[in-house]
Amino acid sequence: MTLRNLRQEWFSNIRGDVLAGIVVALALIPEAIAFSIIAGVDPKVGLYASFCIAATLAITGGRVGMISGATGSVALLMVTLVKDHGLQYLLVATLLTGVLQILAGVFKLNILMRFVSRSVVTGFVNALAILIFMAQLPELIGAQWQVYALVVAGLVIIYGVPRFTKVIPSPLICIVVLTAFTLVAGVHVRTVADMGKLPDSLPIFLLPQVPFNWHTLMVVLPYSVTMMVVGLLESMMTASVVDDFTDTVGNKRRECMGLGAANIVSGLFGGMAGCAMIGQSVINVKSGGRGRLSTFCSGVFLLIMVVFAKEWVGRIPMAALVAVMIMVSIGTFSWSSLKNLRLHPKSSSVVMIATVVVVVATDDLSKGVIVGVLLSALFFARKVGRVMHVTSALNADERIREYRVTGQVFFASAETFIAAFDFREAIDQVRIDVSRAHFWDLSAVGALDKVVIKFRREGTTVDIHGLNEASAMIVDRLAIHDKPDAIESLMGH
Amino acid sequence: MKTLLACLDDSTYTQSVIDHAAWAAGRLDAQLELMHTLERHPERAQTSNLSGSIGLGAKSDLLSELATLDEQRSKLSLQHGHALLATAAERARQRGATNVHERLRHGDLIDALVEFEPTYDVLVVGKRGASADMAKLHLGSNLERAVRAIHRPILVASRAFKPIERLLIAFDGSASARKAVELAAHSPLLAGLECHLVMAGAESPAHAAHMAWARELLDAAGIAIRAETIPGHADAVIADYVRSHHIDLVTMGAYGHSRVRQLIVGSTTTTMVRSCLVPIFLVR
Repeated sequence: MTLRNLRQEWFSNIRGDVLAGIVVALALIPEAIAFSIIAGVDPKVGLYASFCIAATLAITGGRVGMISGATGSVALLMVTLVKDHGLQYLLVATLLTGVLQILAGVFKLNILMRFVSRSVVTGFVNALAILIFMAQLPELIGAQWQVYALVVAGLVIIYGVPRFTKVIPSPLICIVVLTAFTLVAGVHVRTVADMGKLPDSLPIFLLPQVPFNWHTLMVVLPYSVTMMVVGLLESMMTASVVDDFTDTVGNKRRECMGLGAANIVSGLFGGMAGCAMIGQSVINVKSGGRGRLSTFCSGVFLLIMVVFAKEWVGRIPMAALVAVMIMVSIGTFSWSSLKNLRLHPKSSSVVMIATVVVVVATDDLSKGVIVGVLLSALFFARKVGRVMHVTSALNADERIREYRVTGQVFFASAETFIAAFDFREAIDQVRIDVSRAHFWDLSAVGALDKVVIKFRREGTTVDIHGLNEASAMIVDRLAIHDKPDAIESLMGH
Repeated sequence: MKTLLACLDDSTYTQSVIDHAAWAAGRLDAQLELMHTLERHPERAQTSNLSGSIGLGAKSDLLSELATLDEQRSKLSLQHGHALLATAAERARQRGATNVHERLRHGDLIDALVEFEPTYDVLVVGKRGASADMAKLHLGSNLERAVRAIHRPILVASRAFKPIERLLIAFDGSASARKAVELAAHSPLLAGLECHLVMAGAESPAHAAHMAWARELLDAAGIAIRAETIPGHADAVIADYVRSHHIDLVTMGAYGHSRVRQLIVGSTTTTMVRSCLVPIFLVR
């Protein structure tokens, strides 16, 4: 079976995979260059990274047909590390990120993804698109008018050409036409060569030149941890997008470990850390890529194009790459989420917007996701807290009141629970029927205690009926009202 | 009541599979389930748009485009599958099967066979499926996978059904071959056939002991047999015997050896199924 699977994953779609690989390589180059510049390193660091990550993940990855490489989300996290300590420390951080991701896979942290709600995912994707777009702004703000003209012309080509032919990738046409135009017309705008060193050879194996000691570890660890989190988040989210496209299920755990391995390879060959890319994965599937071969080809073609056409790549005007990246950011943004702002429940919209705002404000996708997850948890708690009702009825001789509690009693509904009882009513006996309620936590148990004790101080006898099993367990373990010195203990708090 | 499961597709073997299944169902007084699986291949791209540009709503557009394509194709194959099963059921009833059910499944054939294994007693398949290459006499890729994955007896149909009168037990003394002998002795499926017992290999005390065991078992069941030990390679010996004695059905133990050994020396079972031009009843 394994041999059969292997063959199926690599060679069942050769033509589609190779063509898609070429198309994707073109969409990888601008991002690798653009985000190397953002991270403050030479373009070759990002290009080597994209090659290493794509080629390694083609073999080790768990989600067939997904594209990974040097990404903006991860690059944005390493800016201060590069500024303060230099490239070598970035390479160590990349290695450590890889190790942490492998550990995350070993400990099955991928299952934590279930706590990331759909709204958070949408917010993440939108924030990502905004970050990609904002990363282009340094090229645009205060530039000559020629740059604007080139970018606009590039966008027209990218979106216009597919109306006539779908056989040649329009980003390629955009890059070729704009490069040719600037060379022929002698327009002087910034080119890729102005941004730093391009690769002049195949990547070479090198251990980072840093002292391997405690101090180094302490410097890189915080960066590695955030890069691990963001890398895994983006990869897991992209994996589920590709799952939907292809109607197949990827192995998320293997993807975690595979990404770790890819980052280790990248770090050893002079590349920075990366992860999966939503925009490029969409392009891959759209171009007919389905197998591991397309991911592999995208890396290999990227390296071939960059190494062997270095002279020409260096002359590409930055404006052409900016146009391609604007396209990627537009394609990544979930435009339907704007339309849905009015339709969806307010709480999910708030979660989505909060995620976007926090990410854009901090340049850190992990912080946005944490805020989003916390908010959705709070909103959920509030909603479930409303699923609690207390009704009551007096019996015939008006001496006994029976309260019926239905629903979930926990920290978010404990106050409502207490408020539902009428302690001012002078009555002999109170029966509390909780057979249709659930007591989840200490707050719930504390609330029940409080109710019982309050009634007792008014001279009312309290009977509790029908604590179901789950509730009984937690009440038994935690409650104090049925222990002798109940009041003292409660008052002591 | 016993249940037979017959796997159908668009290959030339389908008619014969139905006939064999109807024959077996009649003999076993079993109900007959006809199964067809609709395989989709998400690992292959159906369309490709090499423009490489993604615009507004790229994700949802692409998803709905892919879903629509799959939907159209699946609807067609659903209709086709229903039609195929209806025709097959009709044919099976004509051939005397009374209790016929149709079963249409999505997904991989072998996965379905494994999933339903507890619900059937005998599996009927053709030697080759719709996608296999007839000219080279290669076996269908599904057959060997099925035989390895399933532990029920499997009736492998040949290209056309002929009335079955003479049964050959290809015997090598292995555990699965012994089971084949036991089935020949007791199962109504193989009862009343002219029975030949053949062992390939040199005369040796070990072989003789195996043969004696089988002979005794069949005698006890009151089945008259012609037993022979013929020197030579099993596949050649059995194929020759089938031809010279006009055998209509061969039964044998299946895949006694490990995959590794098979990778190197090839599998006797596979060779036999390929070289004997009659139906084969494989026992695990």
